[in-house]
Amino acid sequence: MFEPKIVAFFCKWCTSAGADLAGTSRLTYKPNITGIRVMCSSRVDPEHILDAFKNGADGVLIGGCHPGDCHYQSGNYQTLKRVKLLKKMMTDLNINENRLRLEWISAAEGKRFAEVVDAFTEEIRKLGHIHYTTL
Amino acid sequence: MKRVGVFVCHCGINIASTIDISKVVEDLKNYPGITFIQDYKYMCSEPGQALLKEKIKAEKIDAIVIAACSPTLHENTFRMAVKSVDMNPYNCEIANIREQCSWVHNNISEATEKAKRIIKSVVEKALLDEDLEPVRVPVTRKALVLGGGIAGIQSALSIANSGYEVILVERQSSIGGRMAQLSETFPTLDCSQCILTPKMVDAGQHKNIRLMTYSELDDISGFVGNFKVKIRQKAKYVDWEKCTGCGLCIEKCPKKVPSEFDQGLGKRKAIYTPFPQAVPNKPVIDCENCTYFKTGKCRLCEKVCPFDAINFDETDSFIEEEVGAIIVATGYDVYPVLNMSEYGGGKIPDVIDGLTFERILSASGPTGGEVRRPSDGKIPKEIVFIKCVGSRDPEHHYPYCSKICCMYTTKHAMLYKHRVHDGQPYIFYMDVRAGGKGYEEFYQRAQEEDKVVFLRGKVSKVYQDDDKVVVCGIDTLSGSNVEIRADMVVLAMAIRPSKGIEELAQLLKISIDQNGFLTEAHPKLRPVESLSAGIYLAGCAQAPKDIPDTVSQATATAAMISNLFSQEYLLHEPIITGVDEELCSGCGLCVAVCPYDARKTNREKGVVEVNEILCEACGACAAACPSGAAQQRNFTDTQLSNMVKAILAE
Repeated sequence: MFEPKIVAFFCKWCTSAGADLAGTSRLTYKPNITGIRVMCSSRVDPEHILDAFKNGADGVLIGGCHPGDCHYQSGNYQTLKRVKLLKKMMTDLNINENRLRLEWISAAEGKRFAEVVDAFTEEIRKLGHIHYTTL
Repeated sequence: MKRVGVFVCHCGINIASTIDISKVVEDLKNYPGITFIQDYKYMCSEPGQALLKEKIKAEKIDAIVIAACSPTLHENTFRMAVKSVDMNPYNCEIANIREQCSWVHNNISEATEKAKRIIKSVVEKALLDEDLEPVRVPVTRKALVLGGGIAGIQSALSIANSGYEVILVERQSSIGGRMAQLSETFPTLDCSQCILTPKMVDAGQHKNIRLMTYSELDDISGFVGNFKVKIRQKAKYVDWEKCTGCGLCIEKCPKKVPSEFDQGLGKRKAIYTPFPQAVPNKPVIDCENCTYFKTGKCRLCEKVCPFDAINFDETDSFIEEEVGAIIVATGYDVYPVLNMSEYGGGKIPDVIDGLTFERILSASGPTGGEVRRPSDGKIPKEIVFIKCVGSRDPEHHYPYCSKICCMYTTKHAMLYKHRVHDGQPYIFYMDVRAGGKGYEEFYQRAQEEDKVVFLRGKVSKVYQDDDKVVVCGIDTLSGSNVEIRADMVVLAMAIRPSKGIEELAQLLKISIDQNGFLTEAHPKLRPVESLSAGIYLAGCAQAPKDIPDTVSQATATAAMISNLFSQEYLLHEPIITGVDEELCSGCGLCVAVCPYDARKTNREKGVVEVNEILCEACGACAAACPSGAAQQRNFTDTQLSNMVKAILAE
């Protein structure tokens, strides 16, 4: 079975804490994902995401705080705007836009974290291996 | 290249049961960038930390990665440990292989591979970590409190009692605020002025408090610990140094105008103190109503003043001060009844708001505490109170609950009944929200002892019929229409942030919410701070609240400020985003995304400059920068890119 490689960026305050909660709750999810902890989802530059695809990531997940809950007031809104724009670019680059997913996962949503990771892993599995071609 | 040491923790069996640690150590031994790798049963234990320190010295390691539990648990432990052997703590990184790996996966080979990916990526980060020092800033140990109501008074007194200086700024000529206008307070019915005025006097006499009434904030610059403020002292036309507050000028002044303090029901003079217990108890001349200012003749006050204190030539003056922290306690206004024409607001003189009714109930009010209606002074025998007027009405007015109305309306009905024994109070309500210590009992008492009739339903119409005010509504509990021919109607109007809050928020660069109240830094965990460091919020400026909540919040702001002032220096997280001036084109994209105003374009140099103290290290600007000039320290583009590559490398 195809095992996708997934890179994730989690904000320190919400999603990474949610991932920790999934751990302390001993939930299980697919191991295909490897996370990078950043201060805020808004630190994630679209270039980092494209970098991931270029280097063989089959999917990229970004986790931030729910709207209105951002530790830095508006960081998650910046992320939302950038992701929307990047998805358009991805279509132009022949990368299925569903390979990039932005999710709001709070520090209390350990269960949701596990569910999101599993669902995203399955979706990427269906999409298959990425074929990244530069323009 | 930097020498990175990796320490893999077993955490007993917590990590070791799902991750093959010896394989991790074996496979990563030759990973480029790892100088040294070792595993240990409990890294956080004393022997674990001793091992860490010993190896740092023996192997000449200059950055470490601890592969263990979540950084929220022991990042600080290990940073302190490495600091003790002279390694910069920002070179200590945590690879979370417990919460985000061993605890969430069952398959040993999969978990082991994932742990390797996590460790490799964190090693890549550690390789490029810089030595960082927390940004140190001096602090001016003096606070500015804006607003002299109970919130401002309480916070000023608490700070002053901690031994720090306070400037208390109030735009009226006396402190006291809304609480000074109230009759009695729920749920204990103690007289508002009796409990407030001692605090006002304390604030006025405290050696650490400088009162600046009839003043407003005019300008501000700087940042936490180091604000520069400019305060406008409005022209009072009375030299308060000379004035003794004897009151002769007030007595002789021929001009009478409606008193704002009495909500327009009583009169005051053109030279006046807002109320008899004012602090400072010295008058000001209201130049818009003063006969001399309007006609050029009179100056009676000047003639009678025994101390030569009247000065018609006085102008506004400005005082500049340096302060370390600011409390915004600017309070509330009542949403004007004019907005409720369906309830006769502004048309029917006997339809008034709750605050006006407070003045009618007050022993020092325009009626001496007797309940008499405004139109003809008659004692109302039937009185209707309507709650949630303008509040909880998202379609026409405001969506929020004004919080205090349930209790004060209950109190109004009760106090009315105490004064007019044969009278009947009715309260129209949507819900009764009596959450608070002793509040539910108070509400029960109003029903049982004082026979207040509570009608659950909205009022559709209020109109004048002869000398009656007719209230048409519905009692949804019995399903019947209700028509009450009342003598007087009191509307529990919504409370609004006080006038000028938008301008003040703009000046202070703090945000206001969708309803116009000031926004706290976090709704649960940082409820008394604004999002700008060093600016705190107290009282109704932040959200509607009653006196106990206001006092609690005000005391909390003082605790926050004492905490701030007790530090020798302010330490600030150094993982801020700087600017490489050679790469920066001054485009300003980063300036636009910064929520803290930490970045400014220097037009002369054509580059963006960063105030390291204001930067909270989110990194939004670094992602926005098109040239790579903005790099977040220890989260640089290269570090993140290398981390991604390490995860994906075969």
